[in-house]
Amino acid sequence: MNAITIYVPIDSAARSVGADDVAEVIQTEAAKRGIEIKLVRNGTRGMLWLEPLVEVATPAGRIAYGPVTVNDVAGLFKADFLKGSPHHLSRGLTDQIPWLKSQERLTFARLGITDPLNPDDYVAHGGLAGLIKALPLSPAAIVAEVAESGLRGRGGAGFPAGIKWKTVHDAVADEKFVCCNADEGDSGTFADRMVMEDDPFMLIEGMTIAAIATGATQGYIYVRSEYPQAKLHLEKAIAIALDHKWLGDNILGSGHRFHLDVRVGAGAYVCGEETAMLESLEGKRGIVRDKPPIPALVGLWGKPTLVNNVLTLASVPVILAKGAAFYKNYGVGKSLGTQAFQLAGNIKQGGLVEKSFGVSLDELINGYGGGTHTGRPIRAVQVGGPLGSYVPAHQLTIAADYETLTSIGAIMGHGGIVVFDDTVDMARQAHFAMEFCAEESCGKCTPCRIGSTRGVEVMNHIIAGTKVPENLKLLDELCEIMATGSLCAMGGLTPLPVRSAMTHFPEDFHKHPPATQRVA
Amino acid sequence: MNNVWNADRANTIIGQFRTVRGGLLPALHALQHHFGYVDDAAIPLLADAFNQTGADIYGVLTYYHDFKRARPGRHTIKVCRAEACQSMGSEQLLDDIKKRLNVDVGGKTLDGEFSLEQVFCLGNCALPPSIMMDETLHGRITIDQVESLCRKVRS
Ligand SMILES: Cc1cc2nc3c(=O)[nH]c(=O)nc-3n(C[C@H](O)[C@H](O)[C@H](O)COP(=O)(O)O)c2cc1C
Ligand code: SF4
Ligand code: FES
Repeated sequence: MNAITIYVPIDSAARSVGADDVAEVIQTEAAKRGIEIKLVRNGTRGMLWLEPLVEVATPAGRIAYGPVTVNDVAGLFKADFLKGSPHHLSRGLTDQIPWLKSQERLTFARLGITDPLNPDDYVAHGGLAGLIKALPLSPAAIVAEVAESGLRGRGGAGFPAGIKWKTVHDAVADEKFVCCNADEGDSGTFADRMVMEDDPFMLIEGMTIAAIATGATQGYIYVRSEYPQAKLHLEKAIAIALDHKWLGDNILGSGHRFHLDVRVGAGAYVCGEETAMLESLEGKRGIVRDKPPIPALVGLWGKPTLVNNVLTLASVPVILAKGAAFYKNYGVGKSLGTQAFQLAGNIKQGGLVEKSFGVSLDELINGYGGGTHTGRPIRAVQVGGPLGSYVPAHQLTIAADYETLTSIGAIMGHGGIVVFDDTVDMARQAHFAMEFCAEESCGKCTPCRIGSTRGVEVMNHIIAGTKVPENLKLLDELCEIMATGSLCAMGGLTPLPVRSAMTHFPEDFHKHPPATQRVA
Repeated sequence: MNNVWNADRANTIIGQFRTVRGGLLPALHALQHHFGYVDDAAIPLLADAFNQTGADIYGVLTYYHDFKRARPGRHTIKVCRAEACQSMGSEQLLDDIKKRLNVDVGGKTLDGEFSLEQVFCLGNCALPPSIMMDETLHGRITIDQVESLCRKVRS
C-alpha cells in the first residue's frame, strides 16, 4: 500500500498553536499502528483560526481537519481520518471550504498547497512560469507589462510599481540594486511573513524578474528580526534557487546575473520606511533620508535602487505568467488586482483573505471573519496598521480600495485589519498611538520626536481626567503640527489613529476615572 | 549563546563581516548571537574592522532596540504589545507576567533565567495575544501557559 500523505503546516502561526507537537504525535500514532504515512510540512492555507489544520490526501482531494490538538490525534486515527472519514473536526475538502473557495488567490495561489522549500512542488504548481515568460522579453517590455497591470506598491503608499521600475530601468549606473522591504512592522499584518515562510521561491522569482527588468545585479531582502523562520526559509530557498540556476550568474541559461542576500533588521519599526531601510542596509542608524533624491535614482550606496514591498514583488510572477490584462481584470478604479487582506485582532476567523480591491470591510470582517472572537459587538476597526485610522462599526459598509478608504480619512496601508470589541477604550488606543510614535521615531524631526512624547503626556492627563477640554485642544494642535511638519509618515500619520479615535469615540476621552482595559 | 566575553573570539566573528558590504549590522547580530549581548569592549574592535570611529559604532549599537549591552537572562520572553494583541488582552498579560515572574520590561529575573521584553508585532496577529520565547512563537497564549512554558524551559 502506498503511504498516505498527511499535511501539517510549518508556518510559524500554525506552529504557535501547536502544529509541531501535532505533527510529532501523528508520526508516533501512525508508527504505533503500523501505518505508513508520508508527513509533509506544507505552508498554511491562511485559515489561521483552524490551525493546526491537518490535511489528508484522498482520491477525492485533500480533506481538512482542524483545529487539531495533540489530544485529538488518536481519535482521528480511530475515526479513520486517513480515508477522509467524518470526524467532528472535519472540514471536508479543503478546496471547497467556502472561506477559501470564495477567495481570489492570484498571488497566494500556492499558499498551503505546497511544501515551501520543495522546488519541484513549486514548479508543479505554476512556479517559474512568470520568469520563463520574462526571460525572452526586453527589460523595457517587462517594465511595460508591470505598468500595464496597474500594480501598486503594497507596502503602504500604493505608488504605481511600473513608474518606479521605469525610473530604475532608465537610470544609468555601473551597479543597481533591488531591495525587498520585508520589515512588515504593522500590527495586524503577516502576509509578507507568509510569502517568505510558505512560498519563498515566489519572492525570489519576483525579485529576479524585477532585477532583469531594471538592470540590477544584486538584491537584498531586509527581513525584520522578529521573523526568524522567514529568514531561515529564505536562506534555504536562495541556496536551492542557486542550485537550480533560478538565481546566480547565468539565470536559466539566459546570461542574466542576479544574486540575492538576506539581511536582518534590528527591531526598529521606522526601518520599514524605505530610506531608513537603505541606511540600515548600509550598516548605519536607520534614520530617514531627505527626499529628493529618490531611492530609484540615488539609493543603496548611492546607486539606483528599486525598493518594493514583499507583496508587490510577489505579485509580479503571476502578472508576467498570466499577463497584465488578466491581472487588471480584478479590482476597481485605480485599485487594480487583488489585495492580501489580513484579518486580525479580536476576530473569530482570522487569517489571510486575498480578494479583489473593492470588497467591503463588512464582508471581510463579518463575512470572512465571522465577527469578534469574544462574541461581543465590534466597536472599532483599525485599518492599515498603527498609522491607520480607527473606523467605527457603522462605517464598515465601505469598500476596501485605496480611493474609498482615503475618502473617509482612512488608509489601506499594508492591508491589515484589526478588530476591537466594545470593551476597547479608545483613549487608551490614542495614548498607544502616541507612545508607539515616541518609541519608534527616528528622531530626525522635532514634530515627530517631541510631539509624540508630548502627546503621551497629554493623553496621560486626559485619561486621568485632568483639564480635559484644554488637553484635548492641545492634543489636536499637536496632531496638526505632526501631520504637517513631519518628514515621513511615522510622525505624519500618527495623528490618524489619534484623531479618528477622538472624532468617532469622543465619549472615551471624557470619562474619569478611566475604564481599565478588558482582561481576555 | 551567552558565551563569556572573549576578545579573540569577538575578533574572529567580526572578521567574517569585515569585507561584507554594510557588514556592521550582521556583525552586531553575530556578536549578540554568540555572547547574548554586545560588550562595550567590542566597540573598538568593530571600529577598527569597519574603519569607523567608536562613536559611529556606539551610535549604531544604541539606535536599535534589538542590541543589548548587558548579559540577558538565559531565556528571553518577548511580549507583543501591538494593537492586534491589545485587542485580546496583551496589556493584562504583560502585567500578569511582570507580577508572576517579578520582573520589569527590559529587566531580568533575579535568578538570571528570564529577560522580559516588549515587542510591537510578531506577525501572529490573527491568533492574539502572542509572545516569543527565545525564537519560538506562541499564539492565543494565557498567563498560565506562559508559566508552564517557563517551567518547561527552566528544567
Ligand atoms: C514608518 C514607516 C514604516 C514603513 N514600514 C514599511 C514596511 O514595514 N514594509 C514596507 O514594505 N513598507 C513600509 N513602509 C513604506 C516604505 O517606505 C515604501 O513606501 C515601500 O517599501 C515601497 O514599496 P512598495 O512601493 O512596493 O509599497 C513604511 C513607511 C513608513 C513611513
Ligand atoms: S517623521 Fe519621525 S520617523 Fe519620520 S523622519 Fe521625522 S522623526 Fe524620523
Ligand atoms: S500585533 Fe501582536 S503579533 Fe501582531
